[in-house]
Amino acid sequence: MTLLTEMFSYSFMVRGFIVGFIISLCAALLGSPLVLKRYSMIGDGLSHVSFGAMAIATALNWAPLSLAIPLVILASVILLNLSEKGTLRGDAFLGLISTGSMAVGVSAISLTKGMNIDVTNYMFGSILSMTQGDVYLSLVLGALIILSFILFYHEIFAVTFDETFARVSGGPYKAYKMLLAVLTAITIVLGMRMMGAMLISSLILFPAFSAMQVFGRFYQLIIASAILGVTAFLLGMVLSYFYALPTGASIVLINMSFFIIFYLIGRRKNA
Amino acid sequence: MLICAHHLAFNYGDSRILENVNIDVEKGDYLVIAGANGAGKSTLIKGLVGLKKPQEGVIHYSFEHKSNGLGYMPQQHVFQKDFPASVEEIARTGLPRDKGFSPFFSKAEKREVLRILNLLGIGDLARKSFSTLSGGQQQRVLLARALLASRELLILDEPTAGLDPLVTAEFYQILGTLNAKGTALVMVSHDLKLALKDANKVLYLQEGIAQLYSKNDFLQSEIGKKVVQK
Repeated sequence: MTLLTEMFSYSFMVRGFIVGFIISLCAALLGSPLVLKRYSMIGDGLSHVSFGAMAIATALNWAPLSLAIPLVILASVILLNLSEKGTLRGDAFLGLISTGSMAVGVSAISLTKGMNIDVTNYMFGSILSMTQGDVYLSLVLGALIILSFILFYHEIFAVTFDETFARVSGGPYKAYKMLLAVLTAITIVLGMRMMGAMLISSLILFPAFSAMQVFGRFYQLIIASAILGVTAFLLGMVLSYFYALPTGASIVLINMSFFIIFYLIGRRKNA
Repeated sequence: MLICAHHLAFNYGDSRILENVNIDVEKGDYLVIAGANGAGKSTLIKGLVGLKKPQEGVIHYSFEHKSNGLGYMPQQHVFQKDFPASVEEIARTGLPRDKGFSPFFSKAEKREVLRILNLLGIGDLARKSFSTLSGGQQQRVLLARALLASRELLILDEPTAGLDPLVTAEFYQILGTLNAKGTALVMVSHDLKLALKDANKVLYLQEGIAQLYSKNDFLQSEIGKKVVQK
């Protein structure tokens, strides 16, 4: 208990805690429609774009988010529209974009001298890097996502289940898709510095996929996924603090164990 | 006249696959679109529902297209088969959503969904999980969704693909009943024998040309005899 109090006596821990909590929640919520629509790997692609953008921004001495957010939003919109067709092109293009931006990022970093620490930070994340600005940004993002999921629940459901049908029956289906793209992009950019470019997509994948093993309704899936995501974050945070492990990796480890448990429950349920 | 389209032309990629297509769908019509694989059946259907713009020609609808004048039943995606949702939830997505945003459905809307599910003989499945249904039951749910969008005109793209013969026959029987009650149908179909029992028009696509027949003319034509005999 005293260790927990000690943990929160550092202001950077409190900031990391708030941002991480909200990002985990957002990523888990977005995860359900993304995984169901077979867009799982978009998170991974976007985190690589985000890595490239931040490296360039750092090299140019710009504020990292000012470049990363617009670039990643752009990439997100392009990728979501490409994979709509489910063609080979969309799939391959995702790989091109993500490896390409990674290469640009790594090159930018190696051309700028004396930045070795930042590379590891961007690759594997650091809970220490959250600023007061990140806290505000994540609060706005969290509010936006929760509100969207409540107000547009049926629209999100309809577009996730059958985009073709949703398009034909009218309504601003394109707007929902754009909304999904923009929110995913901001979540990735914000979460990337905590989880790292290599691990951020796990926050989107694991909770939704674990929940899917057990729950058979869309709303159950969304709620369970949110709870799983947040719980994994909390436990991962504690694990990382007590055993001096990297935060991102600890959260993924907890998520992995949740997945195994849910997978087993799901198998028993269906057996 | 529900749909009136003249001189339509469609490309697939860069090549022209359909030219000079004329379609008239009147109230109560049952039009079957047939032709070999790659003849452009699905392309034409996508054009009719507004997913694909024709390179030439215009399609006139007698209803406000974007406010659910038409019920569409697209081909099913593989990933929809195990989608986590109940039958009710999926059928509801057919309901017109023009009353503003609300996370809840009204009592009247829920009653309407149940009425349509009962009409198609799947009322008792309303709360079942979609992924546990058989292929034929899933297709009925998607038909219910299309009916909730429109009772006037349904456009169906190979609704019985992948179903066994018995279930296919049942499905066509349901379509026949709906048509008899006044719902116009436009459907891409491979099971011409079954479809022609109730249909009154055939649009046959072959080598870029679309020929519109009445059912009897089609049955007496060269191609009709050949196709039905198969």
